Amino acid sequence: MITFHGVSKIYSDKTAALDNVSFKILPREFVSLVGRSGAGKSTIIKLLIGEDKPTKGRVTFSDLDVSKLRSRELSQLRRRIGIIFQDFRLLPSKTTHENVAFALEVAGRPQREIDDLVPQALDMVGLAQHGKNFPHELSGGEKQRVAIARAMVCRPEVVVADEPTGNLDPENSEEIIKLLLKINELGTIVILATHENEIVDGLGKRVISVDKGQIIKDHAKGKYSI
Amino acid sequence: MATTLFRILRYGYQNFIRNGWLSTATVAVITLALMVFSGLIIFNVITDTAMNILKSKIDISVSFKKEVPEDDILRVKRTLEGLSEIKQIDYISQAQALEIFKIRHKDDPTISQALEELGENPLSASLNIKAHDPQKYGAIATYLENESLKQYIEKVSYRQNQIVIDRLATIIDNVNRTGFALSIILALIAGLVAFNTIRIAMYANREEIGIMRLVGAANSFIRGPYVMEGIIHGFLAGVLSLILVYPVIIVTSPYIQAFIPELSLKTYFNANFVSFILYHLVFGIALGAFSSLFAIRKYLKG
Repeated sequence: MITFHGVSKIYSDKTAALDNVSFKILPREFVSLVGRSGAGKSTIIKLLIGEDKPTKGRVTFSDLDVSKLRSRELSQLRRRIGIIFQDFRLLPSKTTHENVAFALEVAGRPQREIDDLVPQALDMVGLAQHGKNFPHELSGGEKQRVAIARAMVCRPEVVVADEPTGNLDPENSEEIIKLLLKINELGTIVILATHENEIVDGLGKRVISVDKGQIIKDHAKGKYSI
Repeated sequence: MATTLFRILRYGYQNFIRNGWLSTATVAVITLALMVFSGLIIFNVITDTAMNILKSKIDISVSFKKEVPEDDILRVKRTLEGLSEIKQIDYISQAQALEIFKIRHKDDPTISQALEELGENPLSASLNIKAHDPQKYGAIATYLENESLKQYIEKVSYRQNQIVIDRLATIIDNVNRTGFALSIILALIAGLVAFNTIRIAMYANREEIGIMRLVGAANSFIRGPYVMEGIIHGFLAGVLSLILVYPVIIVTSPYIQAFIPELSLKTYFNANFVSFILYHLVFGIALGAFSSLFAIRKYLKG
């Protein structure tokens, strides 16, 4: 489903963010991408969603070569990937409902479908009552749940979560991880980039460890270790 | 397609309402830019009228020798009418010249008495010539002074007034040219200030644009609402500037008319009301829409 073939990413100041990285992610997998800050986790995500291009190697999604996609095709690819960030990245001038609906609107879904799916998605993350609130009226945990609802509502093939619990307290972090596991149970690939060992150790899922731009471990039922 | 268009329009309107202060500031700046445009239009109308009046006051007069028969004078007139530089030629016969002279000096008994004593008409027939361009009087005068016409013509007034005519022609030319350059520069400055305001507003939205891209929005879907918002800004600024400029025109009209009696700004404005509205709306909308279109380009690359 997702393949990195000998991917390197060297930035203009000659620092290698990734150095000859290769791995495969299969359908329905839950993969934790672990490593210290600056190890290369975010670079892997950026290359996967086409926000950056590899200096060497190939990133493929299904049978698409991500680095060769044009602007329009890239938009279409991103509709197949739900993305969750540490800083939530909600649209500040839109309500919770509108933020979730936006993902469906960009995909050109009809209004009737949007009216059905958005409340369902908000209900799934426990925010059915907050549809009319703006992001600044929500707590950090609530904002992240809105981001999950937005990532999920299009039924993407992959959900990528980049340090989704980084700004949250342990209780909210646990809630977010539970939601990610639920999403995975529904058949969606989940890629969780994190540097929090307690979270990873409790999952019992595949762990890819990254350090200094290289993959140092890749275990099917791994624990956090670098 | 229709659904997408509807969504773009809705988001444009929504952005406009929700970004209250930013929208107000943007509308205010475009309004000021449009008021500068109106000012330039009014300035050009005033200078054009003033220059045209000045132009119409310049002419050259060709006096014919007394013995030249009227037919010959009219023949010269017809020849002159063939010259493209000439706008208008008036023939003033000896009798008409005397009539004009008498009217002009009716309050001066010495002159009337002298005329009566003289017993004959001492004035000559003449042609009053007006050129399209005051710069061309020199060329017309030279034409009149050629050998074939010399036998009929007694005097061409250009040579006596040459310095004044040339100076006026230069002034008119300079005023027109400076006015045009000034208009272009001011219009550019006003346009750039409006564009820059929209650019700053777009900068404030850069993260939002980035998020939309990550969610998978196509560039046209991101761009559309901002352009729509620009159109709303421009439209409102167009209406607002008209509302502000109209009373200024009404109030200043009599003062300007005191200087240039031939020009009533109020009448001009009322006569050109529709085109004035159209200018404002079209300029405002174009400024808003194109500024947004250019300002967003930077954030949609890559």
